[in-house]
Amino acid sequence: MAKKGTWVQIHKIILSPEERPTTLPQDTRAVPLEMWVKGWLLADCLLGETARIKTVTGRIVCGEMVAVEPTYKHTYGDFVPEILEIDRIVKSDLFGSDEQ
Amino acid sequence: MSDQSISYSNLLEQKNEIMKASVGIDYDQYKIGKIAFDYEKMLADTGYKIEDIEKIQSESGVGNTPLKELKNISALARKHSPKGYGARIFIKDEALNDSGSFKARRASISCYQAKKQGYKGVIAATSGNYGAAVASQAAKYGLKCIIVQECYDSRGVGQPEIIEKARACEAYGAEVIQLTVGPELFYTFLLLLKETGYFNASLYSPYSVLGIETLGKEIITDCLKVTGKTPDAVIITNAGGGNLTGTTRGIRKATDNKVQIIAASVNLKGLHMASDNDFNRKSFTTGHTGFGIPFVTNPDRSDVPRSAARPLRYMDRYVTVNQGQVFFVTEALTALEGIERGPAGNTSLAAAIAIAREMKSDQIIVVQETEYTSAGKHHQAQLDFAKKNGILVEFGDPHLEVPGKSIILPRSVDDLFVEDIQLDYLRESYLRNVLKGVESISEADIDYLIKETNSSHDYIRRLLDEFNIRQEEQL
Repeated sequence: MAKKGTWVQIHKIILSPEERPTTLPQDTRAVPLEMWVKGWLLADCLLGETARIKTVTGRIVCGEMVAVEPTYKHTYGDFVPEILEIDRIVKSDLFGSDEQ
Repeated sequence: MSDQSISYSNLLEQKNEIMKASVGIDYDQYKIGKIAFDYEKMLADTGYKIEDIEKIQSESGVGNTPLKELKNISALARKHSPKGYGARIFIKDEALNDSGSFKARRASISCYQAKKQGYKGVIAATSGNYGAAVASQAAKYGLKCIIVQECYDSRGVGQPEIIEKARACEAYGAEVIQLTVGPELFYTFLLLLKETGYFNASLYSPYSVLGIETLGKEIITDCLKVTGKTPDAVIITNAGGGNLTGTTRGIRKATDNKVQIIAASVNLKGLHMASDNDFNRKSFTTGHTGFGIPFVTNPDRSDVPRSAARPLRYMDRYVTVNQGQVFFVTEALTALEGIERGPAGNTSLAAAIAIAREMKSDQIIVVQETEYTSAGKHHQAQLDFAKKNGILVEFGDPHLEVPGKSIILPRSVDDLFVEDIQLDYLRESYLRNVLKGVESISEADIDYLIKETNSSHDYIRRLLDEFNIRQEEQL
């Protein structure tokens, strides 16, 4: 149970597939238009239940609560060996190779 | 968005009224023909002169970024050029603006205007650096800010670069609305404008484009200071066209010398911009042909009735580069110059290295922007994300790259190339778009089309004959 005043993220469907324009590519039209936004809970709420939140601009929005105290998990990615190879290519080209 | 929903079609009917209230411009007053409008008057009526904009920007952490000569990259390009060729390559390090990109220039005037007109907040529909720029400038002016992004595919997988942008926007205090793929982002955007009464900080408003003129002017003054000459060419990454429009207008205000304006976009041919499946199969979320070509050939497809970004008026050449080439030069910039920047901003650098090899060694080419890099945006994050989405990443001939299927990294500087898009092809496509359903036009429309396509009277007359469009008799 997340308490009133907790920073959370909610999710809601904006347009169902039937409400989407016919001009869209088929793959996009087959799925709903979804939205996520964050704000402070206006009443205690359980994950997966409908929450009312106040966003940082003061708007009141309702939707399914999908995360409590959400943060950022994006990274620099896993190691990509090609990047070191680019270094080798351009440095040896300009400055010469260290290899005998 | 608010809890009362309005149907998609009902809302679109209110579009003009919502736009008028949210940009503070009555676009109808600029109409001068069947299709023509008074572009220069629309810009002039804002009341901002370039000197006013310089002052506003200097007081808000924007502009006066350094112009740096890329000596090692120039030397490398020269090594792979015929004798006497290989131009000097300079870069305008726009990443050093507050919020990390040239977009701060565009946001600064929009937010200044919003504050001046008494709006409580600003809204922008953008998945790119512009969101962070608007949020950063809004913070300075004490304005509330909402950024609407297209961020996730239907699996809920977010493009790492756009997730980073959401983080930056939230760091600057904005409310970020994240959506799945689809052009109905515009519907959400209109709903929010109607609900909040905030200012529409559109990328395509006069304020946004006038804000970039200072970049063009600085390129000329910086280049004169450093080299004693004006640049022979300036290369500009092109998406919605505002960057190219504003920069070129600024260059022309600073010099009468001929400066070739080259547009560059990443080639994403074959990927559909509104496709849920294709969304995470591209490694560039902006600066690509998926925006570049449609906005050149139909500039008024934007989120305001008349776009202030009209790139076909200003470009002398339009080239594309492949994704693998841009990643290659992004790493080369880091390794050879000690400047670590984001890949999308290096699109024009990739093209510049190839084009420098066609230019004489005493000539100057200026790459007009860089952008910040970070988790999500960094080229390692993007290459890793591409691999995890089934894209083949390998060294080889970049001509063989297939967007959405492969990223081909050059084996050497020799593999860097640009592909030209013929301007007459773009002009014809533009004319087909604006003249759709039109049977006759006036002399004022013809003059407008000449300016819009940067062509001649004879060229427009020939195309009008081809399309069976007659000229109305003058009264």
